[in-house]
Amino acid sequence: MTGALSKLYFFLIGLFLALPMIVVAGVSVNARQTLAFPPKGFSLSWYGEIFLNPEWRNALFASLTLAVLSAALAVAIALPLAWFLWRRIAPWANIFQLLGVAPFTLPPVITALGLLTFWATTGFYGQPWTAVVSHAIFFVTLPLVTLSLGFTAIDRSLVEAAATMGADDRTIFRTVVLPLILPYIVSGYAFAFVLSLNEYIVAYMTVGFTMETLPIKIFNALRYGYTPTMASVTILFVATAAVIFSLVARFGDLPKLLGAMSSDDT
Amino acid sequence: MRREAPQRLADYGPLFFPAMMLIVFFVVPFATMIAVSFFQRQQGGFYVPAFELSNYQRFLSLFFANVLGFSLMLAIAVAICCVVLAIPFTYLLTRMARKVQIIWLVALLSVLSLSEVIIGFAWSTLFSRTAGITNLLVMAGLMSEAKALLPSFGAVLTGMVYQAFPYTVLVLYPALVRLDPTLTEAARTLGASPIKAFFTVVVPALRNTITATLIMVFIFALGSYLLPQLLGRPQHWTLSVLITDQAIYQSNMPFAAAMAVFLVLVTLGLVALTVIAGRKGEAA
Repeated sequence: MTGALSKLYFFLIGLFLALPMIVVAGVSVNARQTLAFPPKGFSLSWYGEIFLNPEWRNALFASLTLAVLSAALAVAIALPLAWFLWRRIAPWANIFQLLGVAPFTLPPVITALGLLTFWATTGFYGQPWTAVVSHAIFFVTLPLVTLSLGFTAIDRSLVEAAATMGADDRTIFRTVVLPLILPYIVSGYAFAFVLSLNEYIVAYMTVGFTMETLPIKIFNALRYGYTPTMASVTILFVATAAVIFSLVARFGDLPKLLGAMSSDDT
Repeated sequence: MRREAPQRLADYGPLFFPAMMLIVFFVVPFATMIAVSFFQRQQGGFYVPAFELSNYQRFLSLFFANVLGFSLMLAIAVAICCVVLAIPFTYLLTRMARKVQIIWLVALLSVLSLSEVIIGFAWSTLFSRTAGITNLLVMAGLMSEAKALLPSFGAVLTGMVYQAFPYTVLVLYPALVRLDPTLTEAARTLGASPIKAFFTVVVPALRNTITATLIMVFIFALGSYLLPQLLGRPQHWTLSVLITDQAIYQSNMPFAAAMAVFLVLVTLGLVALTVIAGRKGEAA
């Protein structure tokens, strides 16, 4: 009885989560430019449109470039910081941990507005690279959290053994720490990448008038009328996120990354 | 290698780049924003350095009191809906096989990472007259004619619960995974039904977690800026929407900055509450 009840509950939640995507998927295969569900006719041309229409293709390219670069920069900021905090006893340095978590904890509009005033004051407002830096700061929290978790999982005696045998800091980092921390770097990068791909407000406030990322393009398209390409892009995004997170789950321990104990403990 | 305090200046090396980036691109912009909130606005979207409180005084109008009241009310409603839906869900999820858990976690992360633009578009499609859910009800014979369900408060609330639900589950997940299963087993052995055990054992054991989660989801919902615009009427706009509106369309940076500073203070106050709730949880 309770088993059936919980199955029903999971079904309803699943339906709630999936329903908008089902409708959007339906809309995306409409044969003609109509917003209709169930779809009238069947056509995959709206998926082709993302790559064939120069406006959408440019937006896709801009978003991908932004996500690749900003996630890399976020990891480049988080890795030495997490390494330092793990390696040294320096309580005051924890302030940087706090600073790294803050942009993501505060309502996004605040980080966005802060960066907007900053870029406007320094005169760089609207330059594409400012979006990369902005996103890297906004999403640095994600690699920072995964990496801090990864470092606590490292057995310190391994590092001590390497030190006893004469390896210096640099060699230890390259040969012992890096291989152990690599899965956490990858998942931190993946989280930052996917979220950067989807981010709207920070990108809009920093480069919204000079560059169109996909979310900005979708929002502009939404205001000036409707095209099924919006639906096909949405499905492409959901699919991308699902594939990336599945890969993270496949090669890493997703429940553990999200705060559960490791699979050996349970 | 034991953890040791940095001895030479070179030991601080790894800290240099991250510290510089965070200070230059987070602390400085943040300080700039606070400074601008006291500046004087000039015609044409510019502002000059000054020390004015007028940007803050503008809050005291009835209009902004209403917007703030509505933002807080909406965020509270979203937080309560999400936590009520997510607690039984997460509890049951943590009791499932690991493989099943992973599938759900991937799905939740995928929804969580979705852009607000996309969620707004998806729900506006779902609530629309031509492609919406009412068409399905018409097909099933439950309704005579398809109709639009937006813009409305219900649409805003649904969209925001959709956005915040995966977040709520992921916040609750670690606490619920660590919950000692023997607690409920003991209750069951003593003859409680699973539902009774859930409400009399699991929920009280998680009281502090639930408080902390409510506050975190509340802050998360405060940040929503596009869904109220896409799914609601102007009276459903939140403080985040007004900040963007003032900054971009009214070109009144000082006022936008003042509102943002105010939002930070509200948020920080709530984070402090979360930390206190968390401390109590550890002590208990």
